[in-house]
Amino acid sequence: MEHKASVLENLADVRAMIKRHKRNDTLFAAIGLLCLMFGLVTLMLLFWQLIADGYPKFNIDFLTEFPSRRAGRAGLLSAWVGSLLVMVVTFLTAVPVGVAAGLYLEEYAPKNWFTDLIEINVSNLAGVPSIIYGLLALGLFVYMLDFGQSILTAGLTLGLLILPIVIVSTREAIRSIPVSIREAAYGVGATKWQVVYDHVFKYSYGGILTGIIIGMARALGETAPIITIGALTFIAFLPPSPITTEPPFLNFEWLSSGFTVMPIQMFNWLSRPDHAFHVNAAATGALIIIVTLLMNGTAIWLRYKIRKNIKW
Amino acid sequence: MATVTTAIKAEARDLNFFYSNGARALKGISMPLYENKITALIGPSGCGKSTFLRCFNRMHDLYPGNKYQGQIVMHPDNTNVLDAGVDPIEVRMRISMVFQKPNPFPKSIYENVAYGLRVRGENNKRIMDDKVEEALKGAALWSEVKDRLHDLAFNLSGGQQQRLCIARALATDPEIMLFDEPTSALDPIATANIEELMVELRSKLTILVVTHNMQQAARVSDYTAYMYLGELIEYDDTDKIFTNPGRKETEDYITGKFG
Ligand SMILES: Nc1ncnc2c1ncn2[C@@H]1O[C@H](COP(=O)(O)OP(=O)(O)OP(=O)(O)O)[C@@H](O)[C@H]1O
Ligand SMILES: [Mg+2]
Repeated sequence: MEHKASVLENLADVRAMIKRHKRNDTLFAAIGLLCLMFGLVTLMLLFWQLIADGYPKFNIDFLTEFPSRRAGRAGLLSAWVGSLLVMVVTFLTAVPVGVAAGLYLEEYAPKNWFTDLIEINVSNLAGVPSIIYGLLALGLFVYMLDFGQSILTAGLTLGLLILPIVIVSTREAIRSIPVSIREAAYGVGATKWQVVYDHVFKYSYGGILTGIIIGMARALGETAPIITIGALTFIAFLPPSPITTEPPFLNFEWLSSGFTVMPIQMFNWLSRPDHAFHVNAAATGALIIIVTLLMNGTAIWLRYKIRKNIKW
Repeated sequence: MATVTTAIKAEARDLNFFYSNGARALKGISMPLYENKITALIGPSGCGKSTFLRCFNRMHDLYPGNKYQGQIVMHPDNTNVLDAGVDPIEVRMRISMVFQKPNPFPKSIYENVAYGLRVRGENNKRIMDDKVEEALKGAALWSEVKDRLHDLAFNLSGGQQQRLCIARALATDPEIMLFDEPTSALDPIATANIEELMVELRSKLTILVVTHNMQQAARVSDYTAYMYLGELIEYDDTDKIFTNPGRKETEDYITGKFG
């Protein structure tokens, strides 16, 4: 390229060049927008289809009736209660274990080949197909530990499934805390636990919570591992209530109860030849998507609210 | 000005320091910190000033693989703070630190100052209130924040945040306070405030300050140490260093011929 003395002497050339470069900006923005729209529009259309198909079932009866042989009367009661109870078990296992593991790996574990190996494996676990978790659970929880095809087994299985998500998001949240804040705390004589409890955990729980909610939303829609462990597909009873009117007010029999969950109920209805059941399936699908969107929305809102007071 | 009869608060004895990558960042440093005096550390970037400062409160212990060699002895009890048997937490309770960039916790002004007391298990509200007020007064911040102690510390200006960090370091009555370029992120007025404050604090404690600002070293310090490539080149009265340095390298650095 020949040497150019100054911008002023070559104004026309320089302007042409800037224009050429700017064209690339526009081009990329257009391509990006197109890709984004492709994903979004597809999702919207699917969602819209579900709502249009399931519309007749959007009423309270759908949530308060058991499934039935008659499509018009069949409801989602046992399925959403089952989903709720399974999620409770999932939450109670994945959250303490995942958060503790993330905190340990990030704050306490020595950095050596062994922890590196664990780190790589945790990331890999997030990519294991969910049906593999189902097979593992079938062998471990159902046969070896004899938990049966129960809510406990399902909850533990989904807990394992989302454990990597919780661990990874915990670590990322912790890592976003600047070194200067830790050093400030250590500098006034804090112990490691005081630093973790008073600072690391308090400043990162917004991010941790986000990870937990996103993990739970994923668990809510999981079908394959639940089918693998042998969940029932047609259930016309509720598990025993976890809360009783007599002391000690808590009852754990529900853990060993048979159950179904929403995606399985949906799958069951979808596989019937009678088209009337497909309306139920569509309504269930719409409900799962709405709950998932609400959970993700809550996660975003919480993150925003908690991060608002923290600037670094 | 300073006389040799002043008591020594702490002294480095043949101190070497190795980072975990094996780099030897300090080479046989020996020098005293006189009690109730300000000692300034100057030298070109990367010469090991921060490394030296952070040995005093064992900050390097936070990162695995770092190694100290030699001693930093504190008086009057003759404790070698680098001794493996001495708990770094105990050391940090006696020697506090103010960092280059203001680093308040995302908590209230009050909680920032009180944190050092909390980690010591203090939770008597009256004692705490008194200590927080005393520390904020000591850091010349009280009049500006007394009506909003429970506001978030991030809402303060940069200079106020740095004074808050000084209050936080002051609240626990340390014997020595370390400053690592405490004014490099501040404007001239905030800088003047902090310098004035350091001079006031001198009556209560012993100060070691790293600075890139030659005028600052000349203005506030009683003693000055010039470091280069991990070595202590010269240590003397500040007046002597700035008017009649003993070594050619020091003179070149101070007069701006080098660095
Ligand atoms: N964590 C580390 N690991 C390895 N080497 C380091 C580390 N931190 C600093 N060093 C090296 O140690 C030497 C001294 O660094 P130090 O930060 O003490 O310099 P400094 O005098 O404070 O410089 P500045 O004025 O720029 O702050 C430098 O050569 C630096 O590259
Ligand atoms: Mg430095």
